[in-house]
Amino acid sequence: MSPDAATDAATAPSIITAEGAGPHQTDVTIIGAGPCGLFAVFELGLLDLKCHLVDILDRPGGQCAELYPEKPIYDIPAVPVCTGQELTDRLMEQVAPFSPVFHLSQMAEKLEKLEDGTWRLTTDTGTVIDSKVIVIAAGGGSFVPKKPPIPGIDAYEGSSVFYAVRKMEQFRGKKLIVAGGGDSALDWVLNLQPLAESVTLVHRRDEFRAAPDSVNKMRALVAEKKMTLEIAQISGLEGENGQLTGVVFKDKERGEWSVPCDMLLPFYGLTMKLGPVAEFGLNLEQNLIPVDTEKFETSTSGIFAIGDINTYPGKLKLILSGFHEAALMSQAAVRIVHPDKKIRFQYTTSSTDLQQKLGVA
Amino acid sequence: MILNVTTPDGERHALEALEGWRVMEVIRDWGLPIVAECGGACSCATCHVYVDADWLDRLPPRSEEEEAKLDEAFDVRGTSRLSCQILMREELDGLHVTLAPMPR
Ligand SMILES: Cc1cc2nc3c(=O)[nH]c(=O)nc-3n(C[C@H](O)[C@H](O)[C@H](O)COP(=O)(O)OP(=O)(O)OC[C@H]3O[C@@H](n4cnc5c(N)ncnc54)[C@H](O)[C@@H]3O)c2cc1C
Ligand code: FES
Repeated sequence: MSPDAATDAATAPSIITAEGAGPHQTDVTIIGAGPCGLFAVFELGLLDLKCHLVDILDRPGGQCAELYPEKPIYDIPAVPVCTGQELTDRLMEQVAPFSPVFHLSQMAEKLEKLEDGTWRLTTDTGTVIDSKVIVIAAGGGSFVPKKPPIPGIDAYEGSSVFYAVRKMEQFRGKKLIVAGGGDSALDWVLNLQPLAESVTLVHRRDEFRAAPDSVNKMRALVAEKKMTLEIAQISGLEGENGQLTGVVFKDKERGEWSVPCDMLLPFYGLTMKLGPVAEFGLNLEQNLIPVDTEKFETSTSGIFAIGDINTYPGKLKLILSGFHEAALMSQAAVRIVHPDKKIRFQYTTSSTDLQQKLGVA
Repeated sequence: MILNVTTPDGERHALEALEGWRVMEVIRDWGLPIVAECGGACSCATCHVYVDADWLDRLPPRSEEEEAKLDEAFDVRGTSRLSCQILMREELDGLHVTLAPMPR
């Protein structure tokens, strides 16, 4: 179904990522590779439907992988305890027989209906995926960088303030200030230091959550006077017409002072924003997508919503609910993709047909 | 038990609180503007509050995890706490916190 997918069978169940911009052809496009999107691959797979998944994160697992990889979950049926990352790994193992294709680090941005009724999804990096069915498993929304509430920061976003680095060249020869103490902040300090005119890292305390190796490298650069570390916080911005000239730091002992700056890169972690899904023309209720509880279909036929993103009377934002929704949604999805096919209900325990699909019979 | 909360608009609210609830949960339950995206797992820093200085020494100190997560908050002060990490109990009846500026 996905001829241009680069299959990496040798290291299975490693992630299959797509090559080229497409248009890729598949049965179902799933927006969001959190636990519910992943389990949908399984339920759809049992019904012979192939899936492509899009996620803005650089790895599958959604909230479980991003917000609490190390924390325990106790309410997955028959799994008394597993961490967020373990749940993700096990789901990846469970869906491996169905070879889902992942489009990671991409925002699902535009959804349009082609003349023959096919849905065409386009991502912010230009990937195009065509399918009969869309499943929105967007959870709490797409993970995007937190924008710190520094007064007036909006005016500089995109010209002097950047929450991600797309093109490193843009920072060559500039006076950079990087804010934060995690891996993103430290990684970009180390990557940009060789090409920037100057780099200042500003962090609220002299302790860093980033990988110890990065922290050591950063401290070595500071010792060699190749960059500056300020233990302080940002309190204001200076500049005009979208161009920063300085950033104001403050701390308890030293008060406030200004440091010259062309570009500021704040890394204060991620937050979830509904994002482009809001523009898909679906009914929304307080940023959630209302669905029926028979098929978990949205107000638009052929577009389903499962997991944390949907709402219906009695909805609970639990992984277990999303799994159930995935199963019922799949029964409706297969009737859209194969309207003439007779669907029978089978158990994985006793059906050789299902077991063959799972590669165990 | 009362929890006093000052919102960003400067208004002060006296909220009826229940023993054993997290301060964040009380604030959220009363519908005041707190993001609390991770639901109290010390994973998001969007439940950041400033504790009234008079109350500071009645609170258990920040855990290492809370200290680390505060790195993702903005304008962190000595009185900063993640409100999901404070449980309401008898000694905290009357506690006063101010909501910190939230990221967009
Ligand atoms: C700290 C914490 C502890 C929790 N503990 C439990 C627990 O014990 N038990 C339980 O059942 N639940 C728990 N939950 C809730 C559980 O994690 C969620 O219910 C679950 O993650 C929802 O899964 P999902 O697949 O619907 O969405 P998510 O996990 O939110 O994944 C959605 C994915 O979609 C992506 N996305 C959204 N929009 C776009 C777009 N336009 N383009 C590209 N990508 C997009 C996002 O980047 C994200 O990766 C917990 C949550 C948290 C935060
Ligand atoms: S609610 Fe997320 S850290 Fe408190």
